[in-house]
Amino acid sequence: MKFLVICRRELRSYFTSYVAYVLLTVFLLLSGYFFYSDLVFFILFGGYVLPTGLWQYVFLDMRLCALLVLPLLTMRLFAEERKLGTIELLWTYPLRDRDIVAGKFLASWIFFVIMLLPTLLGPLLFYQYYQFDIGPVAAAYAGMLLLGTAFVACGLFISSLTENQVVAAMGTYGILVFFWFMTWNEEVADQRIIRVLLRLSLFDHFYNFARGVIDTKDVVFFLLFVAFFLFLTLQSLTARTWRGVR
Amino acid sequence: MIEAAHLTKRFGALTAIDDVSFSVARGEIVGFLGPNGAGKSTTMRILCGVFPPTSGRAVVAGYDVCTESLRARAHIGYSPERVALYMDMTVREYLAYVADMKDVARHRRAAAIDGAAQNCGLQHVTHRLVGTLSKGYRQRVGIAQALIGQPTVLVLDEPTAGLDPEQVSEVRGLVRDLRGERTVILSTHILPEVEATCDRVIIINKGRILAVDTPQNLNQRLRRTSQVHVEVRAPAAAVAARLRAVAGVVDVDAVRAGEYVTVSVTSEKDRDQRAQIAAAIAAEGWELLELRAVTLSLEDIFLSLVHPVAAGPEAPRQ
Repeated sequence: MKFLVICRRELRSYFTSYVAYVLLTVFLLLSGYFFYSDLVFFILFGGYVLPTGLWQYVFLDMRLCALLVLPLLTMRLFAEERKLGTIELLWTYPLRDRDIVAGKFLASWIFFVIMLLPTLLGPLLFYQYYQFDIGPVAAAYAGMLLLGTAFVACGLFISSLTENQVVAAMGTYGILVFFWFMTWNEEVADQRIIRVLLRLSLFDHFYNFARGVIDTKDVVFFLLFVAFFLFLTLQSLTARTWRGVR
Repeated sequence: MIEAAHLTKRFGALTAIDDVSFSVARGEIVGFLGPNGAGKSTTMRILCGVFPPTSGRAVVAGYDVCTESLRARAHIGYSPERVALYMDMTVREYLAYVADMKDVARHRRAAAIDGAAQNCGLQHVTHRLVGTLSKGYRQRVGIAQALIGQPTVLVLDEPTAGLDPEQVSEVRGLVRDLRGERTVILSTHILPEVEATCDRVIIINKGRILAVDTPQNLNQRLRRTSQVHVEVRAPAAAVAARLRAVAGVVDVDAVRAGEYVTVSVTSEKDRDQRAQIAAAIAAEGWELLELRAVTLSLEDIFLSLVHPVAAGPEAPRQ
């Protein structure tokens, strides 16, 4: 249960630094603005089908906000410990590396969920005026949760590679944006490669959720993505056994 | 309490420590002495489970640090060379976090924190943020952190680095107070520190152990020669020639300093030549201003071990 000690310290660290509040505020302002403008667009230009006319755009926009904010949330997780040197102490306490990884991952994930909760306000208010089918919205939120978890796992890994937080954030942006755009060169890439790339693209797997469809394949993809990066993080910590410290 | 057997650690082409073996008994305070980069920190990190050795074996409190790492770590308190603390926590919050890490039972936590804070003279700053403390206090927080959980073995990497003289003596006092109840390994490149606090010294350089002994024994054992310092009013060349003729004298180094000649006379080990030298000078009718035996400090021993060529008590002055 040592990961809870790590997790508690990380969360405390988030809530005592104004950085986290800035990230939270920007995320909520942006996603709130996008919800408002998507809703206005839907009403003015006469949409009929909520999942494809409104929710799809709301959640694709929220995805961008998460892409913007989450790497900044995860960048400090290991980079700061490496910079301060506190990571060395962690290694001498009686706890396993996987507890360290689990604790830090959980803390960022909890913060992300806390970020996501206030965004329910828009749909809730909307529901007061129009009783829409909540199924698609729930599916989209499930997708957001999975996507955010994937972002956090990726950010955690990149942060474990460096002691520089800017490098950690930029590296995470690089990987996530690459996973987004890598299917955009359909015209030039070989068809066989495209088929593989499509399977790997983070955002292609999110489109179904945004439209209110939960496909097991997508869920499995996200879970594998998370597991893969958590595994890499663990390996990156274990690397000290043959590489040394710093 | 600590058994290190043939520890070797390589980082790529660099061999940080090479075939390091030593043991430390329960309740002993042992000093790791060596210049920067000698392999002190590497050895300590291996003992604390930060990384395993390339080869060799280390056992702490009966547990192998590689195969039973968690159990071994539960018995170790470590304070790293670079004071590494979370700046955004108060001292009390930080120590509470460490107590949780080290499985200190809930009902004993407050007592453990107060005890460690008191031991390190932190009781007045427990409510302050670590980031606002001076370097000396941070260093103490680092040591307090190591004391939490009553570890049987304390590993302190350069515990007095960067402290002012008063704080240095406080930390040494703290270490001395632990004598008998804890096993302590501390590293330093400051010699008086070892003389002041340690039961035994391990001298290490370039990854190899050069000597393991008590500070007193080292002094005895490594004294290859005795030295006498003489100041005399006479021609330098004549003095050198005359003193070389004294039986048992190995080397004479005479330097003119103003009106006098300063001579350093080296003779064979354990031979006190002072009487003969005085007699020789008196026989020549020279004016003898000073004559004293030069004692070897640990510093000289250390230098002679680390740089065998430039050896010698009171190495030649430029």
